[in-house]
Amino acid sequence: MSTANQAAVERYRNNFLKEVEANVEEGHMVKMCMQCGVCAGSCPLGPHWEHSPQKIFMMIRAGKRDEVLGSDSMFMCTSCYNCIVRCPRQLPITHIMHGLANYAHRLGIAPKGQPTREFATLFWNNLTKKGRVNELTLTLRHYFRGGLVSGIKEALAMQGVGLGLLKAKRLNPMEIFGGHGVKDLKGFHAIIAKAKEIEDRKKGFTA
Amino acid sequence: MAKKEYAFYPGCSSQLKASASNYLVSTNSICNALDIKLTEIPDWNCCGASVGYCEGGELPRVAINARNFAQAETHLPGQDIVATCAACWLGARESKERLDASAQLMKETNEALAAAGLHYKGEVNVRHMVEVLIEDFGYEGLKQPMKKSLEGIKFAGYVGCQTNRPFGIDGESFENPMYLDKMVETFGGEALKTYDQKVTCCGGALAFSEPEKSQKQIRDIVESAYDHGAEMIVTPCPLCQANVEVYQSEINKKQGTKFNMPVVYYSQLMTVAYGGSAKDAALNGQLIRAEKLEKIAGK
Repeated sequence: MSTANQAAVERYRNNFLKEVEANVEEGHMVKMCMQCGVCAGSCPLGPHWEHSPQKIFMMIRAGKRDEVLGSDSMFMCTSCYNCIVRCPRQLPITHIMHGLANYAHRLGIAPKGQPTREFATLFWNNLTKKGRVNELTLTLRHYFRGGLVSGIKEALAMQGVGLGLLKAKRLNPMEIFGGHGVKDLKGFHAIIAKAKEIEDRKKGFTA
Repeated sequence: MAKKEYAFYPGCSSQLKASASNYLVSTNSICNALDIKLTEIPDWNCCGASVGYCEGGELPRVAINARNFAQAETHLPGQDIVATCAACWLGARESKERLDASAQLMKETNEALAAAGLHYKGEVNVRHMVEVLIEDFGYEGLKQPMKKSLEGIKFAGYVGCQTNRPFGIDGESFENPMYLDKMVETFGGEALKTYDQKVTCCGGALAFSEPEKSQKQIRDIVESAYDHGAEMIVTPCPLCQANVEVYQSEINKKQGTKFNMPVVYYSQLMTVAYGGSAKDAALNGQLIRAEKLEKIAGK
């Protein structure tokens, strides 16, 4: 168990709702849920969630810490915002799902190998590297995430799409050598480092 | 002097040779026709997009958006920030609203910005290009520079998610927004108003990580366009455009469908209506050619 996770367990004991309220983005809104289920019925990936947002909210109140933070459900969120606009109690459900996924990921207890967890991490690392997304390296790193052999297989399967984009001038092979980025990269990195430092201190990710 | 000036936030996909470069080219064309001056926010950075949530926490995401705000506020004072990308608009506007609502978040954000010698005063306004067109020009105003009618083309207006939810455009309904249909009709096209996948999610970033689940969504979106007699799909979102166009060949391969439905941006059909060439409308940037639109452009 990671140190941050251990510390959180000891600090909040059996009060998981309190832990979520303190450490999860928009977590203070969880208790507003009235269990109507509109979110569960509105989600485009509904059939693929082990636990719908409605269930997650009740599980938080029931103190099911391991089950919630170990669930892959939050990673099924496509950020379509259907649940947010339909929720009669105006819970920012999308943000709470993102917040829970982020918290579980940072504590190191989110499901290992979850494909969206991996892609989302890749995406953030890609955009922060140069300040702008490099679509080519993002795609390549995604295809080659499982190693060279499976990467070549996946890339070959998608080569028609890649060539089409290349022909349409919507993909630049030269991006492999760097590509678009911000000029004040030093400043950009300093902002992220400082923001992370402040947030980590507040959420107990750093000692 | 141009009629209207805005601080332009093109976003990562709307750069030269990026996946939505056709959106950028056609946007520039309509801005010329409408006498809009777009000035890029100097040294803008990525908004973090929705899927940045996993590794990037709330404060880092808000802080990078605030970096763009600080740049715009300093270098382009008084100009509204205008994004063409749905995710950029959403990421930026969400950050702005959170900063407006919380003095604590504002304080911490400025602490982070100070690391690069920047400061955000809290004065920007974040808008989507479609909002600008509809609210600042209006349908009648948009009609002014029109030179050609799009008569005879049937469009399925695919609004998608993030140019619709959670903020909405022009106060329209989330379940059945009409603005895209109204734009199509403004330029003489036929809007298929009963198209029932108008606000369905294309899968977003999960098109990469969960291809099968996303391709089911995309199949519904394209299939319904065919069922309603559409000749092309029109959308305001770069990720919708890419996902719905690019994966049709994959779905054909796996499921034996024969999808070949062009997916264009509103800015592309507007460029053609304003008398622009196929090149001005960046119609050469389509994977599935929008031949009917090319034909009108060539007249």
